[in-house]
Amino acid sequence: MIIEPWLVQTFCAAIFTIGLVGLLVRRNILIVLMCVELMLNAVNLSFAAFSEQHGDLGGQMAVFFIITVAAAESAVGLGLLIALFRTIRAVDTDEIRLLKE
Amino acid sequence: MLMWIPLLPLIGFLVNGSWYAFVQCRPGAKKAGATVPGLIATAAIFGAFIVSLKTFLELRAMPEGARVVEQFLFHWITVGSFNIDMTLRVDVLSTLFTLVITGVGTLIHIYSIGYMGHDATPGKFFSYLNLFCFAMLMLVMGSSLPILFLGWEGVGVCSYLLIGYWYTDDEKASAGKKAFIVNRIGDLGFLLGMFMIYTFFGSLDLAEITTKLGDASFAQALPEAVVTGIVLLLFVGCTGKSAQIPLYVWLPDAMAGPTPVSALIHAATMVTSGIYLLARLNPLVSMSHTGMMVIAIVGGLTAFFAASIAFAQNDIKKVLAYSTVSQLGYMFLAVGVGATTAGVLHVITHAFFKALMFLGAGSVIHGMHEEQDMMKMGGLRTKMPVTFFTFLLGWLAIMGIFPFSGFWSKDEILWNAFANPHGSKILWALGLATAAMTAFYMTRLMALTFWGKPRFDEKKLGAHHGHDHHDDHGHGHGHDDHGHGHAAGVHESPPAMTIPLIILGVLSVVGGVIGLPTHWIDHWLSPIVPLHDPETFTAGHTAEYVLMVVSVLVASGSAFYAYRVYKNIKGVDPLQAAFKSLHKTLENKWYVDELYEKSFVRTIFKFSLFLWKGFDVAVIDRLVLGFGTFSQWSGRAARVVQTGSIQAYALLLMFGLIITLGYIVYGLV
Repeated sequence: MIIEPWLVQTFCAAIFTIGLVGLLVRRNILIVLMCVELMLNAVNLSFAAFSEQHGDLGGQMAVFFIITVAAAESAVGLGLLIALFRTIRAVDTDEIRLLKE
Repeated sequence: MLMWIPLLPLIGFLVNGSWYAFVQCRPGAKKAGATVPGLIATAAIFGAFIVSLKTFLELRAMPEGARVVEQFLFHWITVGSFNIDMTLRVDVLSTLFTLVITGVGTLIHIYSIGYMGHDATPGKFFSYLNLFCFAMLMLVMGSSLPILFLGWEGVGVCSYLLIGYWYTDDEKASAGKKAFIVNRIGDLGFLLGMFMIYTFFGSLDLAEITTKLGDASFAQALPEAVVTGIVLLLFVGCTGKSAQIPLYVWLPDAMAGPTPVSALIHAATMVTSGIYLLARLNPLVSMSHTGMMVIAIVGGLTAFFAASIAFAQNDIKKVLAYSTVSQLGYMFLAVGVGATTAGVLHVITHAFFKALMFLGAGSVIHGMHEEQDMMKMGGLRTKMPVTFFTFLLGWLAIMGIFPFSGFWSKDEILWNAFANPHGSKILWALGLATAAMTAFYMTRLMALTFWGKPRFDEKKLGAHHGHDHHDDHGHGHGHDDHGHGHAAGVHESPPAMTIPLIILGVLSVVGGVIGLPTHWIDHWLSPIVPLHDPETFTAGHTAEYVLMVVSVLVASGSAFYAYRVYKNIKGVDPLQAAFKSLHKTLENKWYVDELYEKSFVRTIFKFSLFLWKGFDVAVIDRLVLGFGTFSQWSGRAARVVQTGSIQAYALLLMFGLIITLGYIVYGLV
């Protein structure tokens, strides 16, 4: 069965939007990080679909790059998260306002 | 060679000035007497006199019409095509002035050695005096108006420094300030006149201006109004520097300075620089009939009013000061009626006899232990014979008694006022009345000071040392030159003071010869001031001799009357008793100072107050503070965005992204 390209792209956009909204509204910093991952993977899916549609391997190349960067980002993000939790004993973004002062 | 004339006094100033500033001012330095700095300064000015004399002889040997010596020193100001060279130029007019400045200057320097013998800071005094001579020589030797202006301002500064020489006395310090400020008002006119000359002549070189005026087509193309404007603006400068109505008020106050300063600056040289300027620009001045009329009227009125004020002054220096203002008025009257050479002649003779009288007055003040009130003098002819006799010569000269020097110049002026086509009978009458008044108040001065009986207790004089300005350096303990005289009582001055008096006395007698009926000075100055055509005069030679006799008779009659009135007074002025209110008005100088105070000083004060409170505080301060308040306020407004929450930042980031993407895709809708 052939899946219509517009269907795939709409699906990607939906996942991306879910990730974005989660990033903006959720207060738990762990969930926020996960939302970032969600957005990245929505883009990955979109890249792969376009690559298939146009018969261009460039899109798949981009996916590999993004997965690598996302892995590094997760590692650094989680490391920071742990360090933050050790310092101020909180994972709620409402309580992390060090940028203000 | 020429450069040495101003350079020598400048060197004298530098030597004395640096010696004073770096050595004598040191705490604990040994106090220097007046002799060494005085001799340095005198040597400098005397050297300048020798060079001046040599230049004069050089000029005399040259053929008539080509009598100019020039020396280029360096390019002073060069901006694009505008170029001013520092060039010294001495011609027939300047040489007379340099001779008077250095000659009379030398005598006054010598005199100062005696007069300032007990001063605390003679080094400072003599360096200022030399600096003044330098500036004055630059004034008369400058080849262009900016150099002249440099000297013009320089003498103003030195005048200020020397009037306020005893600056710890508040009154003397403010007299210096007054002189400077009033002069600045006049200088504004001078500057504007200079700008106008540059606009219309395209040059500031004095010789070039004269040459251009000699070109008939150029002279005719010049609008009458422009010429009158230039002449009047320059004349405003002259009223400041040469103490004419309405800016004469500083000169009487300038008597706060040491007496040699009054003699040199405020009688013989600086105050005559206005005459020099007008004589120098005579071709221009003589083109403006209106300008000349204004000059003549202002000069005549100044002569008259200043003479009237002198009637009621009891301070011996004040009388001489008003007399100077009056005589300067005479000189401007001369320039205004077209008798510029007579004006210059009067500058020279006046320099002799007025310097003589100021120095004589200084000698009297010195001998009377700083007493300046004539009502407390009297009978000094036997106590101070040399001073008395030389003063007598000055008195005869200023009254215009034949054959003393003042006679020749004064009579020439009166004759021109009467008969010159530019003159008028009214101006002549004003001049004659002034001559009579001059004779009266000068005789009053003589009678109060030298004749009659002493009106002071000789034993008390000198016993108390209430000198208002020298008291920090004891008068009493014997100086070797004339210490004996300081024990008590009146004494004749030391030779350093009497010898210049004698020389000036001789000059006051014979100084008029250059204006003798052969009119040497008229011919000498003819390259600058063309000779008068006797045909244009409205009266003949017989009238001239009649007028001479009339003026001499009027002066001597007036003097005789004054002598009868004042010969034996007892402490109160008979005129004061007879004309109470008039005397009071004259004593208060027609209330001109009060008038200026009320009208100008107060107005300016109020205006300044408005500028302070109404503009500086209300507008400028508010503006500056407003900027601060604005940035504080805008900072507070922008701070709202900075929540510190990363999610808020992310939201903003998202909006920014959406807007950017929208712009890329759809462009500006």
